[in-house]
Amino acid sequence: MKFVDEFRNRDVAAGLVRRIKQLLGRNHVSLMEVCGTHTASIQRYGLRSLLPKNLKLLSGPGCPVCVTPNEHVDLAIAYAMMEGVILATFGDMAKVPGSSTSLLKARAAGGHIQIVYSTMDALKLAENHPDKKIVFFGIGFETTAPTIAASILEAERRGISNYCAVSAAKVVPPAMEALLQGEVRIDGFICPGHVSVIIGSGAYSRIADVHRVPCVIAGFEPLDVLQAIEMLLRQVRDGRAEVENQYTRVVHEEGNVAARGIMEKVFETRDAKWRGIGVIPGSGLGIRQRYARYDAEVQLPATPEKTVENKQCICGLVLKGVRDPTDCRLFGKECTPENPVGACMVSGEGACAAYYKYR
Amino acid sequence: MKGSVQMAIADGKILLGHGSGGKLMHDLIREVMVREFAADPHLRLLDSALLKLESRTLAFTTDTYVVKPLFFPGGNIGKLAVCGTINDLSVVGATPLFLSCALVIEEGFDISLLRKVVRSMKRVAERAGVKIVTGDTKVVEKGSGDGLFVNTTGIGYAKTFFDGEIQVEDEIILSGTIGDHGMAIMAAREDFGLETALRSDCAPVNELVESLKPFFHRIRLMRDPTRGGLATVLNEFVEGSGLGILIDEETIPIKRGVAALSELLGLDPLYVPNEGRVVLVCSRGMGEALVRRMRFHPLGRRSMVIGKVVADYPGKVCMTTKAGGTRILDMLVSDQLPRIC
Repeated sequence: MKFVDEFRNRDVAAGLVRRIKQLLGRNHVSLMEVCGTHTASIQRYGLRSLLPKNLKLLSGPGCPVCVTPNEHVDLAIAYAMMEGVILATFGDMAKVPGSSTSLLKARAAGGHIQIVYSTMDALKLAENHPDKKIVFFGIGFETTAPTIAASILEAERRGISNYCAVSAAKVVPPAMEALLQGEVRIDGFICPGHVSVIIGSGAYSRIADVHRVPCVIAGFEPLDVLQAIEMLLRQVRDGRAEVENQYTRVVHEEGNVAARGIMEKVFETRDAKWRGIGVIPGSGLGIRQRYARYDAEVQLPATPEKTVENKQCICGLVLKGVRDPTDCRLFGKECTPENPVGACMVSGEGACAAYYKYR
Repeated sequence: MKGSVQMAIADGKILLGHGSGGKLMHDLIREVMVREFAADPHLRLLDSALLKLESRTLAFTTDTYVVKPLFFPGGNIGKLAVCGTINDLSVVGATPLFLSCALVIEEGFDISLLRKVVRSMKRVAERAGVKIVTGDTKVVEKGSGDGLFVNTTGIGYAKTFFDGEIQVEDEIILSGTIGDHGMAIMAAREDFGLETALRSDCAPVNELVESLKPFFHRIRLMRDPTRGGLATVLNEFVEGSGLGILIDEETIPIKRGVAALSELLGLDPLYVPNEGRVVLVCSRGMGEALVRRMRFHPLGRRSMVIGKVVADYPGKVCMTTKAGGTRILDMLVSDQLPRIC
């Protein structure tokens, strides 16, 4: 396939791996791929099997499904079980376990859940079911948040009154900064490609300038990832800390101004809880008062069950890059993709699922 | 694996994933059905049962079709039901002979549509040289069905059958592109607002298999990679063998449209269903000759040797990726769900 196969070429990959080995020498370097799609790509193309052992790739908190805390999953389940409500959700959120059950299991138990591919599908659902209230489970980062905002603006424009959203959307850079205060050593960030399409390469300048950690924005094909690693290792070797852009074919410095505009119109930043990491100031997107009519939590008060976390699950440590999925006692035993205990085992982007699937 | 099933059953409800053709379904079949119906709980599950009657062996299989939408590019539920059962008989090495056809129709269903379905069943059965000889019709109240469900049961005559043990250096052959059926259904089912030219590969493979007769003694195992896709079938090949399979991603044929839609939806075509393909294991050194023969048949034109049986990775299927790395291909667990981004 054009513009895809070129970025999966074996010979070019081998050349990049050779250069990575030269740059690394005997040094031990830890790089974090922030985005779950990078984790999935590294596993899907078996890149770990090509890279030297003294290069550690840490999986970051950039899987929106994985960082959604139990409270939000429980809330979505409560909506799904509510009379007259259809909960619309992205597919991979459906399997995430909450405190005692998941959306998929809630559906088998009579809950009303519809899997959608976009927020506009959820809006269409509202138009097709005027007698029902459609609650969209709005998770995601800067990539999806504008589409949630757009659905709210569109609902207002078209006068659709039976549509609302749970806003569990989050923004990435504060989480990266929070990780740098933590216990894990990060010598460089492979920054998320599609988040950067929206927020622009300028968004990481604090990380490079203030925290002095090299950043390279990378695409998702195997050659993109390998090239980003090479660029980071060059920065490490030269003692530089800059924001570099490997994904120049889609990411620009200023980002997508229009998308950020509608995001800012509908959302305001709030503190948000991330699974395993805790509350990160200014990392969440709440619906502004002006659009409270479309805020599920304002419109439809629900009483979710009391939040319970599985004590043995180390998703939190995995999301912080402190531990590998295989360090978990539950990994591959009690916790498998068919019976996930932690969220990281659910999505294809989740570090545990990616490790399990592509071991 | 056992533990997970008991947990799923303890949870008390059938999930859609229990019908996905993946691990969940395999566990359910083993733990609930095979445990009750079969004398040997470790019974090897082939696509058809082999019944030894005096000096003859018959192959016997059944399958129920609940596809949505009922009509899709490249076929419909009726054609699929006839092909699927013919294929289950063919891949064990049997010549399909007779089929039954049972219909569960929802009240209010258009008779003209029913006629269309039945006509296409007749056409494809005739083409494959198979007779539909018995049937059953039930009508359920509106709301209790989804338009039309079809069951077909088939009997074939098995002179030879493929139930050999795989050996190191055996070669793996795939008869054509993967993912055509599943992605065509996906594109027809979901309202993506995309115009695609995807067509299901739905077709009877009995003639293609028959054309390999001179090589039958070289074929150890054969499967049609339906639900669960190519990756799941390869896992079934190595199950309990103590050997592994290594395939090369670059040799697996895939149509551009299928590749593009899977990229877009974040689905892996290795796990997407096919309805007119076969995957087989043949003895060492026979791969190229078999592939040459298969390419004579229209359904086998894009046949490829995609890998071999290896002593490394016992019980596992591994793949050299396009980028040159190696990864494990697990069985499909449950339905693939489109990812968020």
